Amino acid sequence: MQVKSYAEYAASNETPEILFWVGCAGSFDQRAQKVTRSFVKILNHLNIKFAVLGTEESCTGDPAKRAGNEFVFQMLALQNIDVMNNYGVKKIVTTCPHCFNILKNEYPSLGGNYDVIHHSTYLQQLIDAGKIKVTDAASFKGKKITYHDSCYLGRANEIYEAPRKVLEELDAELVEMKSCRTKGLCCGAGGAQMFKEDEPGKKRINIARTEEAIETDATIVAAACPFCSTMLTDGVKSMDKQTEVKVFDIAELLAAGQGLEKISF
Amino acid sequence: MLTYFQTYLFISFTVMAAIYAYRGYKRVYNNIQLGKKEDLSGNTSERVKSVLLVAFGQKKMFKNMIPAVLHFFIYFGFIITQIELIEIFIDGTFGTHRIIYHAIEEHSALRAVYVFTISFIEFVSVFVFIATVAFLSRRFIIKVPRLNKPELKGFPAKDAAIILLSEIYLLICIFSMNTADMAIHHGEYGFLVSGLLMHGFTGWDVSSLQVIERLGWWCHFIGVLALLVYLPYSKHLHIILAFFNTYYARLTPKGYIANMPEITKEIKLMMDPSATPPPVDANAAPVKFGAKDVFDLSWKNLLDAYTCTECGRCTAACPANQTGKLLSPRKIMMDTRDRLEEVGSANANNGGVWKEDGKSLIENGFISVEELRACTTCNACVEECPVLISPLDIIVQLRRNLIMEESNAPAEWNGMFTAMENNGAPWQFSQQDRLNWKND
Repeated sequence: MQVKSYAEYAASNETPEILFWVGCAGSFDQRAQKVTRSFVKILNHLNIKFAVLGTEESCTGDPAKRAGNEFVFQMLALQNIDVMNNYGVKKIVTTCPHCFNILKNEYPSLGGNYDVIHHSTYLQQLIDAGKIKVTDAASFKGKKITYHDSCYLGRANEIYEAPRKVLEELDAELVEMKSCRTKGLCCGAGGAQMFKEDEPGKKRINIARTEEAIETDATIVAAACPFCSTMLTDGVKSMDKQTEVKVFDIAELLAAGQGLEKISF
Repeated sequence: MLTYFQTYLFISFTVMAAIYAYRGYKRVYNNIQLGKKEDLSGNTSERVKSVLLVAFGQKKMFKNMIPAVLHFFIYFGFIITQIELIEIFIDGTFGTHRIIYHAIEEHSALRAVYVFTISFIEFVSVFVFIATVAFLSRRFIIKVPRLNKPELKGFPAKDAAIILLSEIYLLICIFSMNTADMAIHHGEYGFLVSGLLMHGFTGWDVSSLQVIERLGWWCHFIGVLALLVYLPYSKHLHIILAFFNTYYARLTPKGYIANMPEITKEIKLMMDPSATPPPVDANAAPVKFGAKDVFDLSWKNLLDAYTCTECGRCTAACPANQTGKLLSPRKIMMDTRDRLEEVGSANANNGGVWKEDGKSLIENGFISVEELRACTTCNACVEECPVLISPLDIIVQLRRNLIMEESNAPAEWNGMFTAMENNGAPWQFSQQDRLNWKND
């Protein structure tokens, strides 16, 4: 796996094509780290010159902002903008819809103007350009995949088709849940809910969403957000379905489809 | 045919209603002005497009076919009935009877247009009647879940019933008026539905028919005036405010939450060691972060609150509400409006000056902390609203107040904030380990 930081590029007087914003989940969460690696394998396979910020990357501030702590958000945002503007970052790709949303929509008025793209759109563009070819390395034939819309991709930024187009590349049947696209049901993690206990209620939101996923009879639940993946994986486990139903990020599925990654489903 | 007495009554009723209505609408306008300034000017063509599609065209209603079609009949019926109201106004003011009809030459094309128009209004009104009965039964008999949530107990349920029943009342009045008039004139006008209904009056003497015609005419007219006066106290105000609200709706992506410039200034000072802080103005009002009360919200949030017609599509789509949490986005809007009404009347009773009442929009029987905490900021409520209201915008501003003014956060969030400040991640991991994923 080839991973170079922006600092390394700068030291060798080179400019990368794109900055891969890994995000906190992608950096630290064991499940999300796998998604980070799958995505890097795809980039490596295509010889794309990308950089990461590595130890210079900080949280974008999303959970603080949505919880109501604008101080912590802006402190982190201004630091990140400082780092990125120093390197002259132009284009950013990220595997996290929360990072994507905040970098794209909320960083500009703080002085951070970049062309920000979510990995679902990025992968779709690579597919459209004929650069990504799915082999028969992993057979998806006869499998049912259902895609869970992330709120921060879907409603927040109206990206509904890109992740589905990526999944359509695989030789599997794509089925929709009861609530999808604009009506997609949240996984329960957004708005910093990921980091605290639920308020009292009848059910956890991730269970409600997992039930919808299981109703489709799909054996693969595809997500495009590290927090959705965690919530749905927890949901599948607590419904004791982890042997029949697996949750994967679209990058993992696409990497497996190209024989770059081994996943069991 | 109208006596001078009738003209006198007509004009006095109209003037009285106009005065009361003016007061009601002015009250709503003044209350909205209590909000903070927010510049939503510009982008006129995009805004006009939003009004045409979303308000006039009811685009977002049609995501849900059955209520959309029923609602469309009532909406369309309401608009075209205004044509008939023009004639009623002229007749009432000048003591004439069906002045437009009589002013138009017999057998002329214009006469045909008149007859067609009234017939068309009658035809649509039949569907309005059906739709209204369907709405009443959805709300009170079938009990559609979103129309029977706890926040609708009391006045909101009564308000809904008043509006729907007045709709039926107005229809009965106008059909009695037209049908009796047709019967008196042996169907001379040639109206469609009243032409069928008039057979029910076969054998009635002219003077009884005239009483029915007059009763229908007057009751309809008084009903219209009463609704005009009642509207600014009702959720039904959306029939007017929806147009303004769709015009002033924010044009940014739904995921965007505005940054707070007052905080940017402070953080830039903090990050720049050589910066000299600006001189402190001792007379300046203390800076307050986020919103605790209606004054701290933007005027657009307050317009949102008055525009809400309590349909509850937001609440039905809310993941927190669906899983039994206390949060209901509709209640956020209703509480904001109710608190604004409370503040507005207190102001009015105090010569337009606000006297602190020790209450606020948070808790005090309005929006509870528990409700605010349950939001996942998923935008389902914003997506659902047929008139482009954003409950989420209010939730975020209230959350800011809880966190930044009251330091009121769940312990896990405090841990998260600390981790973010110290390690640049919401978890307790060292920033130096950020690239460890590549070693596995």
